[in-house]
Amino acid sequence: MSNLLNPIADILTSETTYLNGALFAAFLAFAATGEWVAERAGTINISIEAMLLNGAFAALLGYNYSGSIIIGLITAVLGAMLVAGIQAEMSHRLFADQFVVGLTLNILVLGLSGFLNNQISPRATLAGRWDVPLLSEIPLVGTALFAQRWPFYLLYPLIPFSWWLVHRSRWGLEARSVGENPHAADLTGINVNKRRRQSIYYAGFTCGLGGAFILFAHVGRFENTIIGGRGFIALAAVIFGGWTLRGSILGCTIFAAALSFRLSIQGLGYNLNSELLQSLPFLLTIVVMAVFAKRVRAPAGLARPFIRHTK
Amino acid sequence: MNTRVSSRLGEWLVLYSLSLFTALLLSTLLVEATGGDWRAVLNALLDGSIRKPGRWGETISTAAPILLVALGTVIATRAGLVNIGQEGQLYIGAAVGTFIGFLVGGPGALNVVLILGCGALGGGIWAGFAAALKYWRGVPEVLSTLLLVSVASHAVAYGFRWDWLLLAPEADRGNRNQVSEQLPLDNRLPRPNIFGNEIPLTVPISVVITLGVTLVLTRTIWGFRLKILGRNKRTAQRVGVAEGKYGATALLLSGAFAGLAGAFMLTGGGYTFGNYQFVPGFAANIGWTGLLVALVANEKPLAAVPVAVLFAGLRTGSGFVSSTGVESRITDVIAGLLVLSLLIPTALMLLRDQRRFRTNMSERV
Repeated sequence: MSNLLNPIADILTSETTYLNGALFAAFLAFAATGEWVAERAGTINISIEAMLLNGAFAALLGYNYSGSIIIGLITAVLGAMLVAGIQAEMSHRLFADQFVVGLTLNILVLGLSGFLNNQISPRATLAGRWDVPLLSEIPLVGTALFAQRWPFYLLYPLIPFSWWLVHRSRWGLEARSVGENPHAADLTGINVNKRRRQSIYYAGFTCGLGGAFILFAHVGRFENTIIGGRGFIALAAVIFGGWTLRGSILGCTIFAAALSFRLSIQGLGYNLNSELLQSLPFLLTIVVMAVFAKRVRAPAGLARPFIRHTK
Repeated sequence: MNTRVSSRLGEWLVLYSLSLFTALLLSTLLVEATGGDWRAVLNALLDGSIRKPGRWGETISTAAPILLVALGTVIATRAGLVNIGQEGQLYIGAAVGTFIGFLVGGPGALNVVLILGCGALGGGIWAGFAAALKYWRGVPEVLSTLLLVSVASHAVAYGFRWDWLLLAPEADRGNRNQVSEQLPLDNRLPRPNIFGNEIPLTVPISVVITLGVTLVLTRTIWGFRLKILGRNKRTAQRVGVAEGKYGATALLLSGAFAGLAGAFMLTGGGYTFGNYQFVPGFAANIGWTGLLVALVANEKPLAAVPVAVLFAGLRTGSGFVSSTGVESRITDVIAGLLVLSLLIPTALMLLRDQRRFRTNMSERV
């Protein structure tokens, strides 16, 4: 038994575990926040992977040509919102199938960023580290939460703002009603497809920040595998959290803990079934859906296109 | 009536050629903007997919598994189900085929049939998880099939750690540490040589299966019931089509087709797919491509044939593109732009029909 407990104790007392965990969780949270808004308005936004990748790549281009991280951040948001625009206009103006559009965008952006990266080979850098006084000296979690590179801190206002937007603003009420019962929302004069498009644009905005975050605050250089399927983990986190923001962020934290645990356990020289840990986000999400499927309810209009006069 | 039909056809042609042209124009602009020569890229694509000796055989043998995946997708979509986990189902199918194939190791042809059967079974079981979750626990199949893709790749990675599962014995794998054994010569599907092109047996089998699926979907009661279920669940319930039974069967079949495609790639794929060895990343996006083919073909099995060949051509041509100094990933971009452009005409026509329907309704009032 002590064989198993020793590594766990080692990991729980190592600061790197928390640091990695916070980086992973923050990245997932950027993506999951936007995905949550889009899903509440009724779209399963598979192109989240493409938005993150295009965001990271646009950040790279922006930084490469201007030498400024702020410009990189702006181009990242624009790049991700471009993908969001295609997804939104194709699936909620032209009524093409949202999954087809999403999958195609994933393939397209993966190809495009890989292609352009090899043709241009731009360069990126890491942003400066900001230590929050006092708070960053909390043992174990202090560095992880309050001594990060500055794009990390964008997350702190983003999450409460997204919650306010969806649960306290008029726009949010309309977006939620569009996700629950589009026909009723339509009757009250809400432009259903417009709200859905806007919510996808919002997902593009947060994914752009996420893409810039992973480039400037985590990796520091661009590879084609920089996202590597983690957009899908963020999507899983939203479902895991039962379509609530609190649950989604909890999901991000748990999944990030699993990923960071995997790194640490190898770093400390122990051996554990890493495939199981890697598929944990997906297995957990499936289990949660299966167990709570009757209690945790998806937005009723999720993934159903709204065309007036048809059910 | 006749003029209506012909004007519709004309409209259809104009819209499709316009949007295809736009997609190709964007691709050429992209190549030119990054300092490449689009004529060279086009030539390389044509050389790699058709013109060079033996290449069109390569293209249609690549098209076979893509077509199979697409057929499975068509069946699921017919029943109103959205299966987007073909990539994982294919991977698991190929893995199960490999495992059972080497476990039994029977005589030649029999073992090939066994591998193909187990491939289909593996893919079916993987889709079966999604079906079970849907009809017992109400989990949407879109989400479960998607999530199971990642689980599949990790499960296979686990299999590659042990030589009693997938990994080849140490003597047979040289310095590569993640490959299965190579299928013995008598366990491979024959690849007869026709006009200098090797056409594996998978191609005629896929064509026969396509015809079979078309017949079953359009000419049998089972196919009709599936269609009722896909169009309107309530009607299906009224006329006695059990949702669980028909839906689960459709989902299982769709997984089984993807799994069979994986087994096809293993036993008849040759150099294109792992050279008769199961390797990590074996699925090589064939599942995703097949899914797109099915959706571009608009749920029609016969239309999936030319689309599958087109996408296979882009794949086989991509290897030749890098020799022109342009990064070969450009073919992914072209494929993506093509799919997006093919979605637009149907969507536009649907919008137009609706607007016309609405004005007709208001005139009648």
